[in-house]
Amino acid sequence: MNRIRRLLLALACACAVPLGAHAADEFITVASTTSTEQSGLFGHLLPAFEQQTGIKVHVVALGTGQALDLARRGDADVVFVHDPAAEAKFLNEGWGVKRFEVMYNDFVLIGPKADPAKIVGGQDIVTALQKIESAKAPFVSRGDRSGTNAAELRLWKIAGIDLDKAKGPWYRDTGSGMGPALNTAASMDAYILADRGTWLAFKNRQNLEILVQGDKRLFNQYGVMLVNPAKHPSVKKELGQKFVDWVVSPAGQQAIAAYKVGGEQLFFPNAKP
Amino acid sequence: MNEISASLQLAASLIAAADAKLYGIVALSLRVSLSATVIACVVGMPIGAWLAVGRFAGRRVLIVLFNGMMGLPPVAVGLLIYLLLSRAGPLGTFGLLFTPTAMIIAQSVLVAPIVAALTRQVIADAWLEYREQLRSLGASRPRAAATLLWDGRFSLSTAALAGFGRAIAEVGTVMIVGGNIDGVTRVMTTTIALETSKGDLPLALALGVILISLVLAINAVAYLLRGWAARRWG
Repeated sequence: MNRIRRLLLALACACAVPLGAHAADEFITVASTTSTEQSGLFGHLLPAFEQQTGIKVHVVALGTGQALDLARRGDADVVFVHDPAAEAKFLNEGWGVKRFEVMYNDFVLIGPKADPAKIVGGQDIVTALQKIESAKAPFVSRGDRSGTNAAELRLWKIAGIDLDKAKGPWYRDTGSGMGPALNTAASMDAYILADRGTWLAFKNRQNLEILVQGDKRLFNQYGVMLVNPAKHPSVKKELGQKFVDWVVSPAGQQAIAAYKVGGEQLFFPNAKP
Repeated sequence: MNEISASLQLAASLIAAADAKLYGIVALSLRVSLSATVIACVVGMPIGAWLAVGRFAGRRVLIVLFNGMMGLPPVAVGLLIYLLLSRAGPLGTFGLLFTPTAMIIAQSVLVAPIVAALTRQVIADAWLEYREQLRSLGASRPRAAATLLWDGRFSLSTAALAGFGRAIAEVGTVMIVGGNIDGVTRVMTTTIALETSKGDLPLALALGVILISLVLAINAVAYLLRGWAARRWG
C-alpha cells in the first residue's frame, strides 16, 4: 500500500510542478480571427513584438463574432478582428476602449475551374453572386458569424437576394472556420467567399481558383481594440495597450507589410498615423 | 493512396528530425492527459467501488448515470468548464482559462465517469465472488471496497487506460478551454485540427500517425508493466 501511495504522491507532484513554472512570464491574450492565425501572419508578427517588448502574446483564433464574445466575457485583453459593423457595436456597448485600423486585404470569390455559373473574369461581385444563385450552383458559406461570413451576407443583400427564400440545397451553411469551409468547397467543387490571406496560405486547393476579385465591395479592413478595463478589471491594460500601440506603429506596420507567402504580400498596413 | 503513403513518410521524417516544437506539443499532450487520467482514477475508482458494494437509495440511478456519462460529449464538457473558468464565470478570478490546468480539469471531468463506470463493473464482479468470504472475515463495506480495489488493481489498469485513451484522443474540450495557443496550450489533437484547417492534409495525417503510435507505445508499456508487477507482487 505504501509503495502505491508513494507512487501516487510522486505522480501528483510531477503533474503539479510544471503548472506554475511559466506563470512569471508577462503575457497578454489576444482574441483574433482564424484568418490572421491560419494565414501565418501571427507566426511572423508576434516574435518581432516579443523581441522588442519582452511580452508574450497568447492568440486565441476564432471567428470575429466569437472573438468579440470572448472579450465581452473578459477572457481577452485585446481583440484583433475584421468586421467593422460588429466592432462598432462592440465599441458602442462600451466593451472596447478605442478602435484602431491596422491593415486590410480583400475577399476573393473562389470557385471550381469548371465554373458552372460562368462568372470567371468578372470584377463585379454582385453580378457573380446573382449568377450563382440563378444557376443554383453549389455555394459554401462559413455560417459562423465570422467577419468573412458577415461580409458574405452583406454582399447577398446588396445583390438583392433574400437568402431565407433563395436558400436551397445549393447553399451549404457549414458553420465552420475559413480553412474547414475551403476544404468542404474543394471536395464538392463549390463557390466560396474567402479572405485572400487564408486562400494564399491554403494548400488543399484541388480544382479551386480565384474567379472574381478586385471589386471595391470586397475590401476587408482589420481593426484592433483594447478591451475596456472599466468593464473587466482583469484586463492587462498596460501590456495590452503596448500591443495595440505597437501594431499601429511604424515598426508593427513594417512587420505586417513584410509578411509574404510565395512572394505575395498578404496584408497591407493602413494605420492612420 | 499517394497522400496516405506520403503522410507515413512525413511522420517518420518528423520523428527522425526530433523537432523541438513537435516534441513540446507531444510532451504537453502527455502531461495534460496523464494528469487528467491520474485525477480521474483518484476520484473515479473509489466512486466505482462504492457503487459496486454500497447499499443506499438511488444507487441504481447513479450506476445508470455514470454509465451514461461515459458518452459525455467533449464539446459540451468543454463549454461547461469554459463558462465556469471564464472571467465572467464563478471561478473567473483564478485566471485559469487558456492554461494547461484548465485542460487538465476539463479532461478529468470527461474521463472520471469512464473510470468510475468501468471500475464499478470490475468490483461488482469481484464482489459477487468474494462477498461471503469478506463477510465471514467481518469486513465492513468500505473495508471490503478497499480490499477489492487493491485486489483488482491489475484489472483496473484497463479502466485507467480506457480513460487515458479518451483523454489523449479528444479535441473538443481542449480546443475550447485551452484555446489552441501556440506554445502554451497547443496539443497533438488541436494541432491536427489546425493543420487540417490550413489544408495541409499530409502533415495533419502524419501528426495523427504519430499520435496513434504514441498511444500504442503507452499501452504496450502499460501491458509489460502490468505483467511484471503481477509477477512481482501478484
